Amino acid sequence: MVEGTQAYGHLMVFGISAPILILILQLLGLACFSYIVYKRVAPLLRGQRDERLDRPVLRVQKVAKFWLGQWKHPRYRVAGTLHLMIFAGFVILATRAFYLLLFGLSGDFAAPSAIGRAYDVIADYAATIVFLAVSAAAIRRVVFKPARYAVPEKYGKWRSVDAIFLLALIALLMFSESLFEASRAAIQAQHGMPPEFLPLLSLPWVLLSTLGAASLTTLWNLHLGAYLADVLTFYFLLCYRPFGIQFHIETSLFNVYFAKLDRGTVKPVRWGVSDEQLDQVKSFGVKTFEDFTWKHMLDFYSCADCGRCSDNCPANTVGRPLSPRFLTIKARDYCFEHFPVFGSANNSHALIGGIYSEDEVWSCTTCGACEEECPLLIEYIDKIVDLRRGMVDEGNVPKSVQKALKALESRGNPYGKLEKKKAEWAKDKEFQQTCDVPVLDGSHGAETLYFVDSITSYDDRIQAIGRATARILDATGENFGILGASEKDSGHEVRRFGEELLFQALRDHNTEAIKAAGVSRIVTSDPHAFNALKHDYKDLPPVEHISQVIAREVKRGSLRLNHVEDAQKVFTYHDPCYLGRHNQVYDDPRAVLDAIPGLRRVEMGRCRDRSFCCGGGGLMLFYEPQENERMGVKRVQMAAEAGANVIVTACPFCMVNIEDAIKVSGMEGKMTAIDLTELVDQHLVRQEPKAAETVNEVPTHAHA
Amino acid sequence: MSARIFAYIAHKGGVADDSALELMAAAKKIDPAAAATAVVTGWGAELDAVCEGLRASYAEVWKIASESLAYPNAELIRKALVKVIPAGSIVLVPHNHFGIDLGPGLSVKLNAAYVSDVMGVDGVEGPYLKVVRQEFGGVVSTHVRCDVSSGAVINVRPGAFKPIDGAPASGTVVDKSGDAGALSAGRRYLETVVAETGDVDITKEPVLVSVGRGIQEQDNLTIAQELAEALGAVVSCSRPVVDAKWLPKSRQVGSSGQTVKPKIYLACGISGSFQHLAGLKGSPFIVAVNKNPKAPIFQVADVGIVADLLEFLPELTNKVREAKDAHASR
Amino acid sequence: MEILVCARRVPDTSENEIQLNGAGNDIERDDLVYSINEADNYAVEEALQIVAKSGGTVTVATVGTDEDEEILRREMAMGANQGALLCDEAFSGSDGKGIATILKGLVQKGKFDLILTGVQAEDGGAQVGGMLAAMLDYPFASLVNSIEVLGEKKLKVGREIEGGNKEMNEIDLPCVLSIQTGINEPRYVGMRGIRQAQSLEIPTYGAAELGIDSGSVGEAAAKVKRDDYFVPALGKGAEILQGSNEEIADKLIELMKAKGGLQ
Repeated sequence: MVEGTQAYGHLMVFGISAPILILILQLLGLACFSYIVYKRVAPLLRGQRDERLDRPVLRVQKVAKFWLGQWKHPRYRVAGTLHLMIFAGFVILATRAFYLLLFGLSGDFAAPSAIGRAYDVIADYAATIVFLAVSAAAIRRVVFKPARYAVPEKYGKWRSVDAIFLLALIALLMFSESLFEASRAAIQAQHGMPPEFLPLLSLPWVLLSTLGAASLTTLWNLHLGAYLADVLTFYFLLCYRPFGIQFHIETSLFNVYFAKLDRGTVKPVRWGVSDEQLDQVKSFGVKTFEDFTWKHMLDFYSCADCGRCSDNCPANTVGRPLSPRFLTIKARDYCFEHFPVFGSANNSHALIGGIYSEDEVWSCTTCGACEEECPLLIEYIDKIVDLRRGMVDEGNVPKSVQKALKALESRGNPYGKLEKKKAEWAKDKEFQQTCDVPVLDGSHGAETLYFVDSITSYDDRIQAIGRATARILDATGENFGILGASEKDSGHEVRRFGEELLFQALRDHNTEAIKAAGVSRIVTSDPHAFNALKHDYKDLPPVEHISQVIAREVKRGSLRLNHVEDAQKVFTYHDPCYLGRHNQVYDDPRAVLDAIPGLRRVEMGRCRDRSFCCGGGGLMLFYEPQENERMGVKRVQMAAEAGANVIVTACPFCMVNIEDAIKVSGMEGKMTAIDLTELVDQHLVRQEPKAAETVNEVPTHAHA
Repeated sequence: MSARIFAYIAHKGGVADDSALELMAAAKKIDPAAAATAVVTGWGAELDAVCEGLRASYAEVWKIASESLAYPNAELIRKALVKVIPAGSIVLVPHNHFGIDLGPGLSVKLNAAYVSDVMGVDGVEGPYLKVVRQEFGGVVSTHVRCDVSSGAVINVRPGAFKPIDGAPASGTVVDKSGDAGALSAGRRYLETVVAETGDVDITKEPVLVSVGRGIQEQDNLTIAQELAEALGAVVSCSRPVVDAKWLPKSRQVGSSGQTVKPKIYLACGISGSFQHLAGLKGSPFIVAVNKNPKAPIFQVADVGIVADLLEFLPELTNKVREAKDAHASR
Repeated sequence: MEILVCARRVPDTSENEIQLNGAGNDIERDDLVYSINEADNYAVEEALQIVAKSGGTVTVATVGTDEDEEILRREMAMGANQGALLCDEAFSGSDGKGIATILKGLVQKGKFDLILTGVQAEDGGAQVGGMLAAMLDYPFASLVNSIEVLGEKKLKVGREIEGGNKEMNEIDLPCVLSIQTGINEPRYVGMRGIRQAQSLEIPTYGAAELGIDSGSVGEAAAKVKRDDYFVPALGKGAEILQGSNEEIADKLIELMKAKGGLQ
């Protein structure tokens, strides 16, 4: 503000001096807000422990990338761009907001410095952009109605009314700020002073042009009025936000800071309780709301109801009862209802059978698409696993899964097959002639362990993947072996289905067997086993997936691949969830495919971290869901749409689901599926066996 | 073998069950020299009709008529038999839902031995009757010896003994109703709840496309459905498919399901357990499609195809359609 | 209602490959895993559901040795209040009637309103329930697939009969019922429950405690004995059609036409 302008200290509003009024308003607003925040924090204090204070440097980096950098937002172009504008605007305007509040208290709209003036210009544009962005967002909501915002009947009413209301308030905030600036400049002009510089085409600039003819009194009224509107709107929004999705504005910073750092893992049953101490825990899993950890409750507060998670959830797409978005929103609504700001907390109610259904929770394949999309880094898999732990604790497990779990307990595999037959796949007569697979039982040792896991060992069709993998390892000259009968199921899905103790029994058994084998590295062709050994197990030698091994050996030149035979074949690679999304191995399998000369490859629209789950592995194969169609069928259709006639995958469960889907969708003859190892095995350039040495011939020229 | 052999005859609607002649055949194997006596319980004209019919095969038919026995309640029947059957006798009972209800308790009250679900008789050795049973769902068989010196109740597997051709008898009906006397028991029959037949009555169909566990998923049923439509047939199934709730109970063929008498029976992905085959009567032309060459169904089928039904059936459907089109366009 | 469930530990066919042993006189027992007989598990679940509604306790008993105790623990982990192991050298080699006699001793020692067994064990003859009832002079119903409690003295039970039909009966208490699989959906027993059940007390009763004359049970008293196991020689069986799927389909159509199955 230029010197000499009268401060507003003299102004009165309804008989109260303006600065006093403003002070009272702000104190009231702050008090309200503090109380609301206190009530919102209360349930978190009753929640379970969650260890989120480690690795602060990494956490700050995540905040920089995902919160400040809005890294995930552009995955949805239009909405992402709008939000980027709004967010950037808010960040820029944050300084001005505080400034404005303080101005009011000082009774003097004091002048900023030169930096301040430069800032003001940026802030003016920021306010304009935010104003336009929220308007666009509102129009988008009302006119274009993107599908993912829709609320199915069973979940409640169309919530866009609330969203539009809030967008309107933000617009009002921007408007009143801009009016404040504009009216000030007009006042300065009327006093004959050089007016505040308002940048061209910014909202304040636009407003200024409409104020030219106004009287000084009017301008002062507008000026103060704009200020009051600004303060009121600011504090209204501040207090209103914690009642809805806009709370994410406050909680997002914390939510991102405290976000989970380790991909592919599952939280322990209780943080701070070691495996040995688990017997003392009275109740496993999440049965009532207070069983969630404080961070999970914070997740519920932080949801912006954007629907990106459900939009990408394969279970949701095929009509299963699960929608991640509503998993969160229902919990949030429960929390708002039972831990209200006005009123006292209610008793705990069972979640399953209450806000959640059993099928809803069993429907999840743990593919991680939801977590990959969420711009607020809200976690889902840990919650689903915790809810399942609660159901298992109560004995509430689907019948078909019970059978598999019982077989896992008795025989170490979900099929109930005999342990002594675990290595039968390697004893196939024809196969044994080309490749020997020793069992590391003490009489044999090796550098590398090929961890085969249950489905590859026992399923007639999938055993071919085991054999192909063995031949590839053989061709690399690798000194490898398998555990055979002493290998039990990795337990990856057992854990994710909530049977934590059975998982631990399997894990401990396998860890002992692996250590006894004395290997220095582990390779597997099963991404679920890969993830388990890498993240669920401890103190093991390094683990790799076979695709990583092949990629490396091909690059080194120790594996060479023949030209593709059938020119008609168009290949597409399907990223398995536990190789791709959870472990970020996207490029190695593609490099392998591209190393096959003449191979034509196309990408599906949903590839890499947007890959669409095939339907799930492990115990998910035993769960009979309610759905409209199969995930595998959708995936096969995507492959066909991309122009492919061969789907290549690198996971035995994907193979089962996709081959099944090809049959069920009647695409036999038009689409085939092949595992990466089988494809490589087919195309391996093999060393010709040495010609037999002629016998009994004594060299006549001894030193030729 | 000096023990008298009795055959308990089950009946419905005035007609004796198929097991009547099977039990006679079993009795012959136990003691070729003796003639078994039929014992029948029931009430009214239906009972009389059954006894009349049995005279053609059995030398003696013991009739126990009582209004309380109008519906076959095993608890009451046991009490009647205990009063009527002489000590030390061998009583043959068909092994089904009724026989399971009657046999064990009857053996205790008669102070006799009990063997259930007997599929074969090897003969007598001293006080022992040597029989053949199965265990573990039919995977293994066992030779069992039963001390029959104080009598025995033997439950006989339906269909295990083929009725023998013999000279027609001209038996006498002996009324033992008086010996049985008044009967009461701690279990009273209320009513029979009939299973929903649904839209289709498989017991009337001449051609059945039957699916078992090998169908793997509910969605695959369309493959069977299409073949059935092409053949002008209907889809039936074995118990696992009903347990999984993929088809209603009315479609189940088996001892706890429907009894069917088709001309042609396509058993697809069905292993061939005896409970399932027990529902298959007459002499249908049985075609078995199963990817396991060792499946027991191949023992009873006329023609076998070792293939995955999910691959084979669609091909068969196409061929059938072609054949029909060719036929129609003649 | 005080309920007794009589259970048996058997090799589960879905987790074992039942085969003849080398000598051909028994099944190969080396690599067997055992669990509670499936139908008995359904019976325990049914008992638990009944007491959940009507009050009372569930006792699970088995005739056997220490090895068989594990099934009692598992059922207690599932929710059964009490276990009882009926163990005595005199019991070994008992036939069905012997087992029923032993169980009768336990029943007479307690005060049970309802006794449940599974319809049949994998290696059994669907007999113990009916025999036990006759020995106790209790009414009996087999193949029960539904139970409704009608007050303190009566039940309404459904039996599975042919054609998928259900025979409804009224039965007086105390009684014995043999339970068919599929009557309910048994709850899951997790590793956690089993671990916690390891420390539970399970009383053992011998012939003396049960008031049983050892001459009436055991091998010597058994009237029915297994001589051996065998696998019958396979007959001719089906004619396996050969060729490509197309050729087979053609051949099959011809055969079906001949049998009058094709219009």
